[in-house]
Amino acid sequence: MTTTSDIVAQLQSHIAGVTSSEFRGETRVVVPAGSLAQVFDLLKNSLGFDYLVDITCVDYLSYRDARDRFGLVYIVANVETARRLTVRAMLNEPDLVVPSAVPFWEAANWLEREVWDLFGIRFEGHPDLRRIVLPDEFTAHPLRKDYPLQGRGERHNFPVIRRGQG
Amino acid sequence: MTQTLAALAAAKSQQDYLWTLNFGPQHPATHTTLRLVLTLDGERVVDAIPDIGYLHSGFEKLGERLDYNQYVTVTDRMNYISPISNNVGWHHAVEKLLGIELTPRGKYIRTIVAELARISDHLLSTGAMGLDVGAFTFFLYAFQERERIYDIFETLCGARFTNSYTRVGGLSQDFTPLVIEKIHAFLKTIPHTIDEMEKLLNRNRIFVDRTKGVGVLTREQAIQRGASGPVARASGVPRDLRKDEPYLAYGELKFQVCCATAGDCFARYYVRMAEMRESLRIVAQALEKLPGGPVNVGIDERATMPTKQQVYQTIEGTITHFELVMANRGFETPFEECYGATEAPNGELGFYLVGDGSNIAYRARCRPPSFLHFALFPHLIRGHTLSDIVAVLGSLNIIAAELDR
Repeated sequence: MTTTSDIVAQLQSHIAGVTSSEFRGETRVVVPAGSLAQVFDLLKNSLGFDYLVDITCVDYLSYRDARDRFGLVYIVANVETARRLTVRAMLNEPDLVVPSAVPFWEAANWLEREVWDLFGIRFEGHPDLRRIVLPDEFTAHPLRKDYPLQGRGERHNFPVIRRGQG
Repeated sequence: MTQTLAALAAAKSQQDYLWTLNFGPQHPATHTTLRLVLTLDGERVVDAIPDIGYLHSGFEKLGERLDYNQYVTVTDRMNYISPISNNVGWHHAVEKLLGIELTPRGKYIRTIVAELARISDHLLSTGAMGLDVGAFTFFLYAFQERERIYDIFETLCGARFTNSYTRVGGLSQDFTPLVIEKIHAFLKTIPHTIDEMEKLLNRNRIFVDRTKGVGVLTREQAIQRGASGPVARASGVPRDLRKDEPYLAYGELKFQVCCATAGDCFARYYVRMAEMRESLRIVAQALEKLPGGPVNVGIDERATMPTKQQVYQTIEGTITHFELVMANRGFETPFEECYGATEAPNGELGFYLVGDGSNIAYRARCRPPSFLHFALFPHLIRGHTLSDIVAVLGSLNIIAAELDR
């Protein structure tokens, strides 16, 4: 049976620049954003991570000692062994495009749409990258840290549809 | 949505026998505020496009403004048919980030309330599913028992619905003898009700015809599409975080993971009914083993409010109290991030937290189970009839507040 450190070692042997850390029994690896497609392929097809738990993003704009703007987080798991792995990739403006994980895990579909909606990170190869929780007319990505918390905002500019017109 | 609707209209002009039907957002059978745009061929559903976001209220952004104890009130409003499970899930993740180990009594009490919430959630979800496919009496049986659980929670913490029961490192209230007595009384009556409920539906010709073979989710698709909880288990994926990553007191209690292999609506109903019985076993065992001692962690953790006696008679108590109540202080968190997940009634409820030293999360991501379950809805409904929509929606137990956050 392979251990988590074996998995990290395998990732490191295939992809340059993979670092790993441990926190409260959780193994996290940071991979270069450019090699994400290769990472997905390795995780899904060779390392047995058949279950995608979550995709999310963190905006490190005002975080202490942060060098990158966005951290994209993928949490994958194996259904049989219940092992988890957190994979992170750092992104910076203006290059906010990453390959989509939908070809590997169908679960990524809505999760990536949500990240696009709230953080404005594009997923290349996503079948249907539209906003999901916010309306189409919305122009900003409100979970970014520079989104103003006060003021009238986009909502004020929404078109008003009256009965009989719409 | 506009682009997709335009694409839909273009496809429709070529196949002009297709109908487009708008379902929701305000429709009694959706139970919550969600919208579906259906393409129909007669009564068959050719395609369904879910449109969500009607209840989006920025819960994750709120998580970046409210501290770890305040945010528990927001988690109440996520899956509002079992709020205590969300409370437990949220503080499970927070305590993982802070590295707090709960007291044994705290763990057991949380296990008991989480399982009671699971029973109440399953009662409502199976009850509402029965209601939608025409079994009204079944729903009344379920609601009668749910009322008893509300009553227990009211005795426990004063609130029936939005309990906000947990705190960082502990609970807002300890169990009183009256609560324990009420839970014992509940444990005596409910197995009989579950028997009766199963007698009503398990072999009911109408119910079985409307749910068997409808909305089939295969094992491969369940894994591929990220299903969790009863939905995954009904498809033969034995994934249950209570067993896989035992948290709270689950490692010390005996229970089974209920699975089915059919993956249809009936299997999901059946798994939920079976899970209620297992939850009852857990509650009974946990009540029997309930350890004594405090429910909150000690004052040296600097997380929970000390008792009045500690504040007045010990210097540590005074300091802790001061640190916690002053607006510019509060407890310290590591500059780290972690993902803590619990098995909520609907599936895996996870929180991804980023700590930034203060007592307010830098990022509070919620991974709601309904979000992934609703994403697989179009896959389940294609090829079925319009009337099967309510059965599939009911069996997935979609909660829009959790979906949109």
